[in-house]
Amino acid sequence: MSNLQNMIISSVRTAIGWVPGQWLPGGKPDPLITRRGAVGRQASRLDGPAKVTGTARFAAEVAIEGLCYASLVHSPVTRGRITGIDSSAAERAPGVVRVITHRSMPRVASPALMSMADMGAVGNSSLPILQDDEIHYNGQIVAAVVAETQEQADHAASLLRIDYAEANAATRFEDAKSAARTMPSLLFDTNHRKVGDAERELARSAHRVDETYRTPWQSHNAIELHAVTVAWDGDDRLTVHDATQMIAPSAAALARIFDLKRDNVRVLSPFVGGGFGGKGMWDHQIVAVAAARMVGRPLRLMLSRESVYRIIGGRSPTEQRVAIGADADGRFTSLIHTGYSVMPGYGASPEAFTLGTRALYQAKSFEFVQRHVELAVVANTFMRAPGEAVGTFAVESAVDELAHGMGVDPIELRLRNLPERHPITNVAFSQHALRQAYEDGARRFGWERRQREPGARRDGEWRIGMGCASGSFPYARMPGAAVGLTMRRDGTATVACSAQEMGMGTSTVQVQHAADRLGLPVEAIAFEMGDSGLPAAPMAGGSSQTVSIAGAIIAAAEKLTTELLRLAGNDSPLAGLRTGDVRLEREGIASATDPSRHESFRSILSRANRDEITVQAAGTPPLELFKYAMHSTSAMFCELRVSDVTGEVRVDRLLGSFDCGAILNPKMAASQFRGGMIMGLGLALTEETLFDERSGRIMNPTLADYHIPAHLDVPEIEVMWTGIPDPRSPLGARGIGEIGITGVGAAIANAVFNATGKRVRDLPITLDRLL
Amino acid sequence: MAIVVNGTRVAPPDDPRVSLLDLLRDRLHLSGTKIGCNQGACGACTVLVDGKRVLSCLTLAAQVDGRSVVTIEGLGSADDLHPLQAAFIEHDGFQCGYCTAGQICAATAMLEEIAAGMPSYVTEDLGADGIAISRDEIRERMSGNLCRCGAHNGIVDAILQVATEKVA
Amino acid sequence: MTPFSYLRARSLDDALAIDPSRGDRLLGGGTNLIDLMRKGVEQPSRLIDVSGLSEGIEPSDSGGIVIAAAARNSAVAAHPLVRTRYPMLSRAILAGASAQIRNMATVGGNLMQRTRCLYFADAAGSRCNKRDPGSGCDAIGGFTRYHAILGTSPSCIATHPSDMAVALSALDARIHLAGTGGGRTVPAADFHLLPGDHPDRETLLAPGEVIVAVELPPTPAALKSTYRKVRDRASYAFALVSVGAALMVEEGRIEDVRIALGGVAPKPWRAFGAETALRGRPATADAFAAAADAALEGAAPQPGNAFKIELARRTLISVLSGLAEDLR
Repeated sequence: MSNLQNMIISSVRTAIGWVPGQWLPGGKPDPLITRRGAVGRQASRLDGPAKVTGTARFAAEVAIEGLCYASLVHSPVTRGRITGIDSSAAERAPGVVRVITHRSMPRVASPALMSMADMGAVGNSSLPILQDDEIHYNGQIVAAVVAETQEQADHAASLLRIDYAEANAATRFEDAKSAARTMPSLLFDTNHRKVGDAERELARSAHRVDETYRTPWQSHNAIELHAVTVAWDGDDRLTVHDATQMIAPSAAALARIFDLKRDNVRVLSPFVGGGFGGKGMWDHQIVAVAAARMVGRPLRLMLSRESVYRIIGGRSPTEQRVAIGADADGRFTSLIHTGYSVMPGYGASPEAFTLGTRALYQAKSFEFVQRHVELAVVANTFMRAPGEAVGTFAVESAVDELAHGMGVDPIELRLRNLPERHPITNVAFSQHALRQAYEDGARRFGWERRQREPGARRDGEWRIGMGCASGSFPYARMPGAAVGLTMRRDGTATVACSAQEMGMGTSTVQVQHAADRLGLPVEAIAFEMGDSGLPAAPMAGGSSQTVSIAGAIIAAAEKLTTELLRLAGNDSPLAGLRTGDVRLEREGIASATDPSRHESFRSILSRANRDEITVQAAGTPPLELFKYAMHSTSAMFCELRVSDVTGEVRVDRLLGSFDCGAILNPKMAASQFRGGMIMGLGLALTEETLFDERSGRIMNPTLADYHIPAHLDVPEIEVMWTGIPDPRSPLGARGIGEIGITGVGAAIANAVFNATGKRVRDLPITLDRLL
Repeated sequence: MAIVVNGTRVAPPDDPRVSLLDLLRDRLHLSGTKIGCNQGACGACTVLVDGKRVLSCLTLAAQVDGRSVVTIEGLGSADDLHPLQAAFIEHDGFQCGYCTAGQICAATAMLEEIAAGMPSYVTEDLGADGIAISRDEIRERMSGNLCRCGAHNGIVDAILQVATEKVA
Repeated sequence: MTPFSYLRARSLDDALAIDPSRGDRLLGGGTNLIDLMRKGVEQPSRLIDVSGLSEGIEPSDSGGIVIAAAARNSAVAAHPLVRTRYPMLSRAILAGASAQIRNMATVGGNLMQRTRCLYFADAAGSRCNKRDPGSGCDAIGGFTRYHAILGTSPSCIATHPSDMAVALSALDARIHLAGTGGGRTVPAADFHLLPGDHPDRETLLAPGEVIVAVELPPTPAALKSTYRKVRDRASYAFALVSVGAALMVEEGRIEDVRIALGGVAPKPWRAFGAETALRGRPATADAFAAAADAALEGAAPQPGNAFKIELARRTLISVLSGLAEDLR
């Protein structure tokens, strides 16, 4: 993130700003927004039968003849050097094929760091991978052992004797704050944004709140462990079955690292057992690929759960200051959101907790800036709604505090300060209906039953409270998404791209989409995915996969139409019509103005004597992002109980009311919203990666000691949506994978306050804070 | 002796370290049973041993010699779904699908436990005959199966539907 | 895992062949031992699988119940005699772990399980006097949310994680042991040891001795008993604090009372002092508060778990008040 990047983005934004909206992608709303068939239907997942019967194959389940297994050794030291390695016992252990340390590991470069400038880059850390004797963080891989069975590899790994010379390490957040860096950019925005003099406005405001909020280290904890099954074919062809949310970029990165032709590297990942941002490229894939080449055999490396905690970074902790000033009418005169999160110099993923706040409220003055604290830790990375998940906890708690202080209903205070245009850039919203989301949600939830005074409702030993908060997440569409589209003479079609399925229902929703786009029944569509040999889809991140692929399908359908019209020629009822004059419907092409002029795909291909026709196309560049402020928003409601005896919190009801553009598959969308909200419930009440600041070591690398919500923690969750399509996006959709988690932390904290009168500003809200 | 896996006899492994989970996945290629933690903390590896739900990651394969093991592959197939499998699809009781086999195996045994009158921590009256099925009874009894995608509502709805149909 | 041999015990004699000095360990359900072997905390050279020995749960001659060591936790919790006569024990077991683990875990294994201290489990990166006597304790000054406030020593602050054992302690259960030299019976409340200078010694089991059965004496007070577990997740988590309590009141006065606490001490913590404070007194809120003070007397918390004193007090008072209310 550099000043240069800031300059480029702002100049593109300025240039685009002059272009009339209708010239841009999305300038003319996608016709499918109003012409709906399969899209919008309540459809079950196409991969359902495979998943419920256990036949869906994940990365560690690919059977290969002659497979050997690897196990990793981690540094128990945080900073220092390896001074000695005794691998003799490990090498002599039964079944051992090879012990790999920095001495024997081939020289490889680390993958290029993820950045806004290179969407194909996948690296989470620039640290060398088994290249030298230096230890940078506790848990770093220091060796790998390859053996005939997993049991043998694990045992031999425990026999390695490694000596270290320890050095001082920065492990304490509080101590490292003074040396924190202030970067020029924060993802796609300037880091330090000032409008007016927010401190002065705050000081003279009629009402104000000025508090510090803290959130802890968190881990993704996808239930599937990270795993790769690697097979070399000779020394120049590589196949990697990976659990990754970035198939095509991973293949490109591995080709670069191992000096192979891009087409000679194939990464397969048809099913991913949960990602949430954690299933990117980390050290283990590179170690496994190198190890397989060294031993000349196919190899599997499945991380242990402990290894996942040690070498896959999670969400950074944050310390956030939120200050809001309001005039006597409750209009914000000042909004300040600043603070610290951890990002080591070798990392790539800032926890951008102030970004969402920049679009949430109108105010007379603003100040936003974030500082990165450098600690010796595994590089933190993006985790579901990076930034917003914890940023909304801080700002939406502060709004609740202000509302309480003013004696105003917290929904009313929010609605008074909704922005008409983007508050900082003054760009128009493509669509924004948070007010409606609040009004609909409050009605369904029964918000009027909330008692304004904390602690007023009780049921036996339980105090009952209600809270609400706003959530938000920006729209994104990734550049460069491509699909292949094949139309066959038998009336079937196949859409192909390298995308991944990790529970979002990618294939299901794109089959629905392609059916409507091509004018075919859903049964006629097949969707191929999960293979870097297919046209490249971008990574699954930023809640962007669905619209990115949809954009590519739009482009491919257009190209296909052009090709088919050419094949149809002059003997067709379509003769003389151009691509812009027709649409695809009734399993063929029809004139947009005269539906009687129609010819079926079968007929066109038969007459042309073609079995099939294939096109490939990439979506248009996502320029709509620069022309419009495109944000999804939500109103989150919570009702809970707090035990007067023990401080235990039980969430009884959660309701999310979303304004996220068009909903493409209500059944799967509801599941995604709920899933995000449940992760938010964990964020609010139970989740913390215990990082021991004395040693720099993660102390709870188990699912028994890191508490993600269990069934009994999860109430019935209601979700609803405005369903208003975004006129500037493919299908009118805006992405829904991440917004569910945003706002939940604050809604729960605010409900806890309403129940007990206790304001908890440090997550998680464990019972000891409420005793 | 032999281990009977989904009706087929298989020999126990030579290495006593091999867990039932690794036997199923790596040796028998029955990879429907999932490995989520290998720590006994997530339930993804749940299988049925002599009809009871257990964690295959903490069970040595040697311990089930002479016993009968049923995995997700033994419950039903795409052409012949077990009622719980069908209900999970209907109620969208999964997203990524990784904890699903464990959830379904656990639910299968759980319905038997309820039918047998076994109480849970949330059962009000431990002395009562018969268990009144409720969402909280299902939630408590299924809490040993973690799900990170957040399909809990769908899972509980699916189980409740099958439980209700069973009673009806 | 370090290689080991596996022997399935067919009889008690097979189990009594155990020689801990040669690295033999008994294997029950494996729910704790296998995990610790994978973590490198335990490295037995031979496992003697006793999970196939007697699982019987029978009425005893004295009017109590005898539960064989290999009885599964789930079977004990669901047994009609346990549910009706000792609901505290049923509920304590049902509060523990998950249904799968309760189906696997044996009564003997449950008593023998090791602490869940994060530093004990971290063989590769943390010092622990229990794991490696004399090496030091990294838990002190670290994350101590799940650690003890009672009965600790400068060498160890770990808690015993069992819920079942808390109930057994409260119910005056007796543990039947067998050894090559014969058998003996010990009170459950004495079975686990406080750490002192030797936190590696956790029970009074002599080398070569095995648990054969657990006997519950007839206990009228247990008819009105319960177990409440307070934890960080609604289910499937270890106790921060748990309370097992039984109360018998006659004509307003407390005839018999049993109290044991979990999650607060290196062993299931029988609160004899609190019981003494209550016997013969009226069942009032004041009496319960005084008893709670007595139960927590001498508590010496760490900065990270000082809240447990108040939490245990309140939970205990609430449980006793609840039992008294039900008796009214």
